[in-house]
Amino acid sequence: MLRKAGIRLEKVAKTMIEIENVHKHFSTLHVLKGVSLNVQKGEVLSMIGGSGSGKSTMLMCINGLEPIQGGTIRVDNTDVHAKSTDLNKLRRKIGIVFQQWNAFPHLTVLENVMLALRKVLGKSKAEAEAIAVEQLKHVGLGEKLKAFPSRLSGGQQQRMAIARALAMSPDYMLFDEVTSALDPQLVGEVLDTLRMLSQEGMTMIVVTHEMRFAREVSDRVAFFREGLIHEIGTPEQIFDSPQRSETADFLRSVL
Amino acid sequence: MMQTFFDTSLTLNDLWFMLKGAGVTISITFWAVLGGSILGLLLGLGRASAPWWLNGPIGFVLDIFRSVPLLIQFVLANSFKSIIGLNWSAFTVGCVVLAIYTASFCTEVVRAGILAVPPTTRRAARSLGMTWGQDLKEVVFPIALRVALPNWIGLTLGVMKDTALISWIGVVELLRSSQIIVTRIQEPLFVLGIVGLAYFILCFPISRFGARLEARWREND
Amino acid sequence: MDYTFQWRAAFRALPDMLWGALVTLEVALLSMVLGTFLAILLAVASGCRFRALRALAISWVELARNTPAMFQIYMVYFGLGSLGIFLDSFLALLAAITFNNAGYLAETFRGGLRAVPGTQMRAARSLGMGQLQAFRLIVLPQMFRVVFPPLTNQMVWAILMTSLGVVVGLTNDLTGVTQDLNVRSFRTFEFFAIAAVIYYLMTKLVIGSARLMAWRLFRY
Repeated sequence: MLRKAGIRLEKVAKTMIEIENVHKHFSTLHVLKGVSLNVQKGEVLSMIGGSGSGKSTMLMCINGLEPIQGGTIRVDNTDVHAKSTDLNKLRRKIGIVFQQWNAFPHLTVLENVMLALRKVLGKSKAEAEAIAVEQLKHVGLGEKLKAFPSRLSGGQQQRMAIARALAMSPDYMLFDEVTSALDPQLVGEVLDTLRMLSQEGMTMIVVTHEMRFAREVSDRVAFFREGLIHEIGTPEQIFDSPQRSETADFLRSVL
Repeated sequence: MMQTFFDTSLTLNDLWFMLKGAGVTISITFWAVLGGSILGLLLGLGRASAPWWLNGPIGFVLDIFRSVPLLIQFVLANSFKSIIGLNWSAFTVGCVVLAIYTASFCTEVVRAGILAVPPTTRRAARSLGMTWGQDLKEVVFPIALRVALPNWIGLTLGVMKDTALISWIGVVELLRSSQIIVTRIQEPLFVLGIVGLAYFILCFPISRFGARLEARWREND
Repeated sequence: MDYTFQWRAAFRALPDMLWGALVTLEVALLSMVLGTFLAILLAVASGCRFRALRALAISWVELARNTPAMFQIYMVYFGLGSLGIFLDSFLALLAAITFNNAGYLAETFRGGLRAVPGTQMRAARSLGMGQLQAFRLIVLPQMFRVVFPPLTNQMVWAILMTSLGVVVGLTNDLTGVTQDLNVRSFRTFEFFAIAAVIYYLMTKLVIGSARLMAWRLFRY
């Protein structure tokens, strides 16, 4: 039995995201110039940097929304950009929340969250509803189930988008500047939700401008500049004693 | 030469006849659009600033002209003019009806153009010290024009196509002239093909120009 | 003015005219349903990579929009006739109006498709939906809301366009019936005035029902 356990241990799938020497072009613009990064299960990684540094693009490449021209991205040992990969199936494992939440306007909040559960995971209406209600309560939208997104504030819509992605029980959550489009007073509620998720052990990659949040919540922080990771380390390393001058310059300009 | 190559009974005279028909088409379009646009402009300006009790009835009356087939409007106008003993030609009746029809649409075009100017923009202009007249000329007019012009061009083309209906009350414009020829030489496909080409040549460049204008203006926003 | 209006004769003919109005609605509705279906095909074809299909679609649309409806009816009735395809007035009218509708609505649908932000598709795909699935569940419903007002307008146009059936001899739509009565009694003004009122009421009916439908369907 011990031998069986040993064999099973070896067969356990790697749960991590491996990004290796990724290059990406937008026609002539070289946006990612050889990014390498590994994200372990349970880790919270923040990506900071100026606009155009490639961090949001990096996120889009991880779940295959954007193609890459060089390098590999592996999620749980599956090559994201291989022709044989079933992207639809892979995307069930990777949740992503966008800056502009992209709520489905013609569906209620509850229906927004239930849709993929029913149509992608094939769950029954009752099952999907139960999961959706639970997730929405989790993010604090229990009172707004029957409302249409147009009636919600930006912060509420963003939380709905988070619940929508979480309902799929993903292994990884990607957040692309999810508070940048919000009014200042609504940013807090969304960051609270993210904080809660990190405490629950979700693997998260967060692209953000909220430095205080990044420092508080992340296990590691990666500083992006001109399509490369210039520096990566713990929050203390990056914020308190940056090794590269570009990092220090950037931090000085935003803090 | 045409006879040996195409094997048709269409003569040069016939082509000249159709050309005259085309002239009538363009002429009706011109008068109708001219009269209709002026009337539409006045009514549109009026409606954009008129009180509700004036706006309502005017809107109601104009709406009637948009909700009854043009063919029937021509017939009614023609028979009405005979009833009251007016000595107008069918051509004149056609122009008048088409002008009122144009005006009913033009009013909305103008009104939409004016309403497209955000009041906040006008307020900004006035706060900078512009007079009411300057505001109208430098701010309202250009913005309204950008919205109204493409629509107006579309309206004009629509009117040009609608002139074909005037044949029902006896005016010989392009389509009717072609029909007269077809009854003689019995080559409907060929003659209609020429007519279709003629309408296409009249309409297509103008509509493309309007689309390009619209695109160019939208780019600059 | 030595003309006495004789409205009683006109009112007596009302039932016949109302039957004609029903035929008008029938033609308009049919042409809209067929036209919408064709328009969607045209909208898709005008963006596809197969050049011949794209050329065909664009030609159809431009021809429909740059020539008079009356010309199109003549073409279908007389033009096809010379090729040996003889359509009766009803079918010719239906075919011509459908052709016309399809052309105009193709532009409407293309615009409608553009109006739905690409980010909606992206959000749907990132939840794991397939392309067709995402299109059907997310893009199409939103597109429908955008195209609804133009569709309503086109329906009104279709109703008004059916009046052209009379130029190719149609006698059972509203205008055809009215013209028939006119020819037999020479009470042109009275009969056509009542026909005008009926057309007006029909268009108002269509716009009213459309508004009701919109209120029920697009509660967001």
